[in-house]
Amino acid sequence: METSSPQHSDSDVLVRFDGVTKSYGDLTVLDKLDLEIAKNEMVSIIGPSGSGKTTVLRVLMTLETINDGVIYVDGEPLTHMPADQGMVIASESYLRQRRSKIGMVFQQFNLFPHMTALQNCIEAPMQVLGLSHEKAEERALDLLNMVGMADKKDQHPQRLSGGQQQRVAIARALAMRPKVMLLDEVTSALDPEVIGEVLNVIRSLNSEHNLTMIMVTHQMGFAREISDRVCFFYEGKIAEQGTPNQLFGDPQNERTKQFLHAVLDAN
Amino acid sequence: MSYWDFLVEYAPKLANGALMTIWVMIGSTLLATAISLVFGLMRLSSNFLIQGAATVYIEFFRGTSLLVQLYWIYYVLPLMGITLSPFMSGVMALGFNFGAYGAEIVRGGVQSVPRGQWEAARALNLSAAQRMRRIIMPQTFSLILPPAANLVVELLKATALVALITVVDLMFVAKQINATTWLSAQVFGTALIMYYLMSRFALVPFLRWLEVVAARKAGKI
Amino acid sequence: MEWRWDFTFEILPRMLWATGNTLLAAGAGYLIATIIGLILMLGQRTPNRLANMAVREIVEFVRSTPLLVQLFFVFFVAPQFGLELSAWTSAMLTIGLHYGTYLSEVYRGALEGVPRSQWEACRALNFSVGYSYRRIVLPQAFPVALPGMGNYLVGIFKDTPLLATIGVAELMHTANALGAETYRYLEPYSMVGFIFLIISLPTAMGLRRLEAMVARAQGKIEH
Repeated sequence: METSSPQHSDSDVLVRFDGVTKSYGDLTVLDKLDLEIAKNEMVSIIGPSGSGKTTVLRVLMTLETINDGVIYVDGEPLTHMPADQGMVIASESYLRQRRSKIGMVFQQFNLFPHMTALQNCIEAPMQVLGLSHEKAEERALDLLNMVGMADKKDQHPQRLSGGQQQRVAIARALAMRPKVMLLDEVTSALDPEVIGEVLNVIRSLNSEHNLTMIMVTHQMGFAREISDRVCFFYEGKIAEQGTPNQLFGDPQNERTKQFLHAVLDAN
Repeated sequence: MSYWDFLVEYAPKLANGALMTIWVMIGSTLLATAISLVFGLMRLSSNFLIQGAATVYIEFFRGTSLLVQLYWIYYVLPLMGITLSPFMSGVMALGFNFGAYGAEIVRGGVQSVPRGQWEAARALNLSAAQRMRRIIMPQTFSLILPPAANLVVELLKATALVALITVVDLMFVAKQINATTWLSAQVFGTALIMYYLMSRFALVPFLRWLEVVAARKAGKI
Repeated sequence: MEWRWDFTFEILPRMLWATGNTLLAAGAGYLIATIIGLILMLGQRTPNRLANMAVREIVEFVRSTPLLVQLFFVFFVAPQFGLELSAWTSAMLTIGLHYGTYLSEVYRGALEGVPRSQWEACRALNFSVGYSYRRIVLPQAFPVALPGMGNYLVGIFKDTPLLATIGVAELMHTANALGAETYRYLEPYSMVGFIFLIISLPTAMGLRRLEAMVARAQGKIEH
């Protein structure tokens, strides 16, 4: 297996997967995964379905627990906490102290339907970060402006198109000022004509705000355009990774070649 | 005696009985609602004891007959030192019984909220309590209203049983009038019509209106 | 108030006999209800609009009013119109009608739950209406109706104590009689509750298994 993983100095590494394994019963979805994400890096994860791409994001967001290995965020362990003898599985209160460093945008948006766009964005900053209503609103309006949804701030998700909802979802995640943003196939559920507006927001997040992002996507062209690094996942492991030019232009691994062929053929 | 004369003579009594029926219904609905929320959420607890206690309560009150529960509370509890008025006995029996059914509805409602909502709340780092209070329960409310509405309609019908423990409701008054006048068709027929009117033309429209309000609040319309 | 086991065993034979009577009442009433339910459902599907609406109104009326009041109505009114009905017969008729209306709704829902597309496929394959019903639609509607039908069976069983009020010698009636005779209500009433529990709990659990099987067969939940 080819892995040309970049060498990062310790102070640069924001997220580190150390021998992470995740299984559902007999099915191993992540297989002793080693992965490092540096500050301000934009990493795209591509691969066939079932390869474990989404699971990488889900265990990092602590939506699922892992069976083996440790995940580190910002120098500290996330999935485990220090104890007398080595480490034990992290408790909920330990997780709650650290989870806000990670933000996630979902394929199905998952906006809260009983709240307006604005309310969606101020809920967590107020409840979790303890921001006052004024401060939270100020921050939310700023972000809604940035994603181009300020004029729809008082609308319920029902009234918004998929693309609009996803942009609000991005603002909602950003309102918590995470250190790393996870994007889980955020355009897969959108009609073709609104995909562009979401990609534009991600583009500006990347260029203007230099956010650390991990993006699982099927949008190959977009991944090639804005990523610093692309990882090709196959059967729970990184089969190949490199710069966009390396991976897309000159893939070394057989599987990578097959996958890229299939994807490009479909287009 | 013509039916009109019958109505003129006995309608006021029957109306008073109907009023008591409404009081019983309101009291037991409030109690049942509280019990449904408490035991419904207990059923979802990951704590084995809490969940077990709720399950025992629900299975017991759903598995036994309402009338038996009613008689038990009114006739047997006093033998153990707890004496309640007929009204209170009725409200308690109805409340406990329908609360058990309601608890399952609440549980089903919470479990029907899409998984994505739980995950989004988790991703935003809301605590379990905040998540339940601010995100899940508001959405549950509109989900449970239709089945809960059916239950309330059943409750109205079930109130007739309290006549058997001497609560002076519509059924009781009807029985009384029947016992003294033997105008069975008129009195029981009128009682049936009154229950029908209360249910179909007052209760059901009210519950439909509630459903609309809840759906609006949940952002569904 | 002390529980007396000797008294409990004394009254046990009578309670068991009453249990048998209760089950008989529930079973017979249910059977009548399933048939009346079918008639009422078909009555709502006739092309004749007047008959259609009339049946609909009757169903709504019976469904919206308490069984207890209906019981008293039938029991007291029938003789006044020349029909000499025993308590048992009044009870069976009333339960049959009351629960028949519930069951007609269950049948209706199950039938309407079969997708329109199934009917269209039958038409496209040129099946007769009778054949479509018999071999295609009813087999799909039946499993859907089963849980609802089961629920009402348990419901009828739990409603049998109401029959005591017009003198049917079922469990509650017997318990009342025993209480009046011996002035001891604790054991009879508790036994009634207990007997109900041990009959309806396993039945309810079995029903839930049935529901799950139906849902699985319809692909609604994963294995």
